[in-house]
Amino acid sequence: MSRDDSRTAAKVMPLAEAVAGHVNDGDTIALEGFTHLIPFAAGHEVIRQERRDLTLVRLTPDLIYDQMIGMGCAAKMIFSYGGNPGVGSLHRMRDAVENGWPRPLELVEHSHAGMANAYVAGASRLPFGILRGYAGTDLVDHNDCVAFIECPFTGERLTAVRAVNPDVAVIHAQQADHRGNVMLWGLSGVQKEAVLAAERSIVTVEELVDELEPRPHSVVLPSWVITAVCVVPGGSEPSYAAGYSVRDNDFYSEWDDIARDRDRFTEWMREHVLQAEVSATA
Amino acid sequence: MSSREPATPEETMVVNAARELRNGQVCLVGVGPPNAATNLARRLHAPDCVLVYESGAIGAKPVRLPLSIGDDDLAETAQELVSVPEIFNYWVGAGRIDVGFLGAAQIDRYGNINTTVIGPYEEPKVRLPGAGGAPEIAAASREVYVLLRHSKRAFVEELDFVTSVGHRVDGRRRSDMGWIGKGPTVVITDLGVLRPSPDDSELELVALHPGVEREDVTDATGWDLRVRDPLETTAPPTEEEIQALRKLRARELSRPRG
Repeated sequence: MSRDDSRTAAKVMPLAEAVAGHVNDGDTIALEGFTHLIPFAAGHEVIRQERRDLTLVRLTPDLIYDQMIGMGCAAKMIFSYGGNPGVGSLHRMRDAVENGWPRPLELVEHSHAGMANAYVAGASRLPFGILRGYAGTDLVDHNDCVAFIECPFTGERLTAVRAVNPDVAVIHAQQADHRGNVMLWGLSGVQKEAVLAAERSIVTVEELVDELEPRPHSVVLPSWVITAVCVVPGGSEPSYAAGYSVRDNDFYSEWDDIARDRDRFTEWMREHVLQAEVSATA
Repeated sequence: MSSREPATPEETMVVNAARELRNGQVCLVGVGPPNAATNLARRLHAPDCVLVYESGAIGAKPVRLPLSIGDDDLAETAQELVSVPEIFNYWVGAGRIDVGFLGAAQIDRYGNINTTVIGPYEEPKVRLPGAGGAPEIAAASREVYVLLRHSKRAFVEELDFVTSVGHRVDGRRRSDMGWIGKGPTVVITDLGVLRPSPDDSELELVALHPGVEREDVTDATGWDLRVRDPLETTAPPTEEEIQALRKLRARELSRPRG
């Protein structure tokens, strides 16, 4: 993998411009955020711009990938838990896998520990990550990105997972400064690893501030590892941004009914996502 | 539901699961019923249990019952927050969890778990959520508690997919695969309690919940279930346990919108 010698600072730009410029058909794209800080607004912009044949990468596809799959953006998904946490199924993902609607979805399926280490390897620009995992499970038989290796020092049999290096990572954070440095805090998931593993990155933030003030449990991503910063208040709802919003658990429960039916889902997306473009650009 | 009404079978299951936790244990909390059971235990006999969530919250003390394993309440009340790679590498994988508390869609006689598909993998009848953190939690925790409703669809002769390893897969013991923990030491259902046999680790019925007959359980099990002699009966949920559980769940329901 070649190193990029030109370190350019992130540019602050509108979300529509960032998606238009940095997300292409056929890209491998990782929208990360583990329950917290899920970049819903950015995912909706990808849907509005009708990106196709994407490989979606994410530990927990959650509602955002359910929506992108149901709107026909995805050809393939690399993931580890495809449920609506505490509620049940992701019905659009199920419909794609079980019935090929609106198009078939190829799955590459990991455990969380495997996915996490695939991102760590990607961020480290190593070909694989290493863990104790998968032995005895049927996951091994259905995933070419998992293999067993012998430790050169102890002889122990260990598990290797192929690195994940997305074309573009998309995350939501609480704050950025005007130079494009980003800070997020609270549950930080694998966002740092996703951004550092990817070739390009888009970060939506709750607000721009003059100075990023140090906080407990915070992750700072310097401007020069980020491609674009977009100010999108509420951009992680119905997920949440600690310090700005709380998780809309009622909506997560309601999604079960909305997504169960193809027509109701399509209507909901038209009203709440596709038409939102009109008001955003008006 | 009024606190005067007797416990439902599901509540009896959660109460009995909570009783299994000992005070001070470090518990990795799975999504769904295990979440209710561990939070109930912390409010009753095990206030010093350390609740760990795979989202990276260590020592969480949620006021409300969280819906997801990454709710804001968990992060706000946690002793420490770490990244997802860290939670799996330094805490779960390194063997720092006493009890992995898991749910399941299917389980077999050796406590192997399926949460991936019903039917063939390539053309599944039902696509389930998948592995999540369970394979490594089941592998590396000192012991595993499993919590699920009892039915022939869930307790099967042969799993459609092995997502997480119990005591034995295709004749291989878990120790042959390098797994350090003891595996599932108890399975709590809405009908009774199962534990692995000391001889060969096959699950056997050790206790019935009050009012449940032995045949109710054997009929709801897809293999010829062993029954331990003497077969015990669990103590009925106390008024305190039922009230605490209902209060916990009422808090979840009355949660304000964000």
